[in-house]
Amino acid sequence: MSMAVSVNRLDERWSRFVWLAGLLLASLVAIALVVGISVGIGDMPIPLATTFAAITNKLGWTSTELNRIHETIVWDYRLSRALVAALCGAGLALAGAIMQSLLRNPLAEPYVLGISAGASTGAVLIVILGLGAGAVSLSTGAFAGAFAAFLFVALLSNGARGGADRTILAGVAASQLFNAATSYIVTTAGNAQQARDVMFWLLGSFGGVRWPEFFLVSVVVGLGLVACLFYARVLDAFAFGDEAAASLGVNVGQTRIILFALTAVMTATIVSMVGTIGFVGLVVPHAARFVVGPRHSRLLPACVIVGAIFMVLADIASRTLIPQQTLPIGVVTALVGVPFFSIILYRMQRAS
Amino acid sequence: MSIKADNLVWKIGAKTIIDGISFAAEPGKVLGLLGPNGSGKTSLLRLLARLKRPHAGRVMLDDRDLATFRRRAIAQRVAFIEQHATTNANLKVEDVVKLGRFPHRSMLSGWTREDDAAVGEALERTGMSAKRLDAWQSLSGGEKQRTHLARALAQSPRELILDEPTNHLDVHHQISLLRLVSSLPITSIIALHDLNHAAMFCDRLIVMQAGKVVAAGQPEEVLTRDLLREVFSVEAHVEPSPHHSRPHIHFAR
Repeated sequence: MSMAVSVNRLDERWSRFVWLAGLLLASLVAIALVVGISVGIGDMPIPLATTFAAITNKLGWTSTELNRIHETIVWDYRLSRALVAALCGAGLALAGAIMQSLLRNPLAEPYVLGISAGASTGAVLIVILGLGAGAVSLSTGAFAGAFAAFLFVALLSNGARGGADRTILAGVAASQLFNAATSYIVTTAGNAQQARDVMFWLLGSFGGVRWPEFFLVSVVVGLGLVACLFYARVLDAFAFGDEAAASLGVNVGQTRIILFALTAVMTATIVSMVGTIGFVGLVVPHAARFVVGPRHSRLLPACVIVGAIFMVLADIASRTLIPQQTLPIGVVTALVGVPFFSIILYRMQRAS
Repeated sequence: MSIKADNLVWKIGAKTIIDGISFAAEPGKVLGLLGPNGSGKTSLLRLLARLKRPHAGRVMLDDRDLATFRRRAIAQRVAFIEQHATTNANLKVEDVVKLGRFPHRSMLSGWTREDDAAVGEALERTGMSAKRLDAWQSLSGGEKQRTHLARALAQSPRELILDEPTNHLDVHHQISLLRLVSSLPITSIIALHDLNHAAMFCDRLIVMQAGKVVAAGQPEEVLTRDLLREVFSVEAHVEPSPHHSRPHIHFAR
């Protein structure tokens, strides 16, 4: 009897492992496919087969004869952009899931701690007021601004001891303050063109990202994912609140500080690179939770995969919706995301 | 001795909430904590579970200061059930009970047979086995409380701390929960409002008023007419119940 039970258990584990491995493989194929499609789209369309051949050539796996121009376009311009889009989607979704769990609030998202507002203030200080006299790039300014906002929130919410509600209120206050500062600078010092530039940057754009950006964001998001997965079980323990987590043996203060700082670094890196892309960090975790359930060891990888695919698709849409023009990516994530999210909300209602 | 409080003091700002409390819980017995609203019951329980740190005095766990334990080490033997703990996550009963194994697992270790057995036994004891795959959101108040108790039992505790666990339950669920707790072979400390339930199910009682212990002992020693008048401001007659021989309180109309 007990033999039969243990064999059953083993069988169960094995089939679950196969199932998970298959799912992971399918997700990777899906990501590769959307990235391939994204690379093919542009002023000069490139077939999917050519794209993959160009990539395997460059990696030294194959040596297919290809059009040199195609190869250059794929490798030097479009592939890095598509991969950065995927990583940014993954990072924002991951940060959003962490925030929603730690703050126990379904409306929490990566910018809830005022990071986007801080980044925009940092950006306008560089672009409009010319701070740093050209030596400091817009990205650096945005990163510094984002982190200033995060520290402000941490101070205002009394470090980690403040509790979820206080943290959210502090984040709202920080956002208001930094947005006001941004508006003040734009309206008093900027000209119309500068205001337009800042506006465009704020709404997000993958234009101009190349391999250096890819390496930076892949390291940050990669390490972020590993660290968050390490905390997956701890995040599960937060389901009934801070006090319940503490009574299960979680060091609540330390966990909050580490995970907030981790999400702040991920979000600030992404924002300073491609602007404040909204909606992904809010919606993808809900969609992923609807599919794989609330346990973080599954939820976090699911967020990364869904976030990556969603963002690459949004990038494709931003370049194809209007001919000869690229829409800001933040506009597309919201325009595409809201109808999609409405369907999930509707189905959630029916399921409960 | 399992849990002992030694001259505990705890304040919020300048206000003293717990004012020099000492007592000892006997191993394997149920210790009831009584007192009017705001007398400091919840605060005392939080100090005992180390969710708050005392400003003076200490809590001893088997003659060792609780302050010297690591958080996880405390959670491996002391389980705490707080009031109204709920979640908006879409968890199953089983998921909630599995949380109780958290302190016994290292960060990356897998789910063991021992974990499985502890969860199964906890579900069995609390009568929640049949509902193990039900959604938390779909449970009644009594089932939610039993699930919390199952989660606490999955922690394999030697001490169980419960903060008014019978609040909002109907009378059937109140009695069955208390009967279950008093049948467990572990030390329980339980804050209660219902004096008759306390008399029936607790081995010893502590009565608190304004952060101090005003009476302690066996139910028949503690629950007297004078005490009820002074601490709870009610007129009542107390006599041994002909049915279970514990004191029974008849409140005056």
